[in-house]
Amino acid sequence: MTHEKLVSLIRHSTRDVFTTMLGLELADGEPYVHDSAPGPSEGVIALIGLAGRWAGSGTFSCTAPMAMRLASQLLMQPYEAINEEVLDAVGEITNMVLGNVKTALEEELGPMGLSIPTVVYGRNFTTRSVARSKWTVVPFHLDGEVIEVHLCLAPSRDGATLGRPAREQVTAVLSIE
Amino acid sequence: MPVDVMIVDDSAAIRKILHRVLLQADVPLGKVIEAGDGVEALEKLKTHKVGLILSDINMPNMDGLALLGALKAQEATRDVPVIMVTTEGSSSRVMEAVNLGASGYVRKPFTAEQIKEKLAGLF
Repeated sequence: MTHEKLVSLIRHSTRDVFTTMLGLELADGEPYVHDSAPGPSEGVIALIGLAGRWAGSGTFSCTAPMAMRLASQLLMQPYEAINEEVLDAVGEITNMVLGNVKTALEEELGPMGLSIPTVVYGRNFTTRSVARSKWTVVPFHLDGEVIEVHLCLAPSRDGATLGRPAREQVTAVLSIE
Repeated sequence: MPVDVMIVDDSAAIRKILHRVLLQADVPLGKVIEAGDGVEALEKLKTHKVGLILSDINMPNMDGLALLGALKAQEATRDVPVIMVTTEGSSSRVMEAVNLGASGYVRKPFTAEQIKEKLAGLF
């Protein structure tokens, strides 16, 4: 699975979700490869795990104001603070974006499971993954802000299938400072 | 005659969106009952009779396919149409849902029109 292929799948899926569910058009940023789990030092980040013969983690991150904007678009009501509904909306957007990437990947990599998203909001936090693979990072621009989708994927060490639910395979560790 | 509908999804955002679509759709809508997973859905169905269920697949505690299987195994809920609304779009998952007795399948992200089309086929 190449970086270019992942970038293409993530762009297609993210644009599809934003256009269909949020009525927003995203501009593409410049994708890159990162050695470790990247993420904002503040804002909102949603993490999701994928498991199967290939396994990994995906994240969706944005600033707090952008999270409120996305929730407002999705639920058609204004949000002026981060609350449960905003975090739930970001989690669902992440679920749709990475869920559709997963569906496309399954054509090539076989069946995969998707975990329930975990959404974190805070300041001065770092993310770390136990995975040693490189991360594909795909930025998008909207209203002068950056939204990023990150994906780290590698063959499972034990060639695991879906015998163990993806939601039990937590691959990301958060460190709140 | 109004039809009570159950929406099963672990995302409150999706439940709210589907509730709004139901209100806009051309269906004789009665009460809308919400559940966050299959376990909660089965519990609420012990005391609420519904005429339609919209369910996600990927949920904690009991996923949508397990819920579908449980519904079709019970006399009281066997004939209730169930539409799966999910990101699980692979052909194998669609076939699994169809084989378990799903009446329809809508992939997330969805438009209101896609949901309304599925509902129109049932009412």
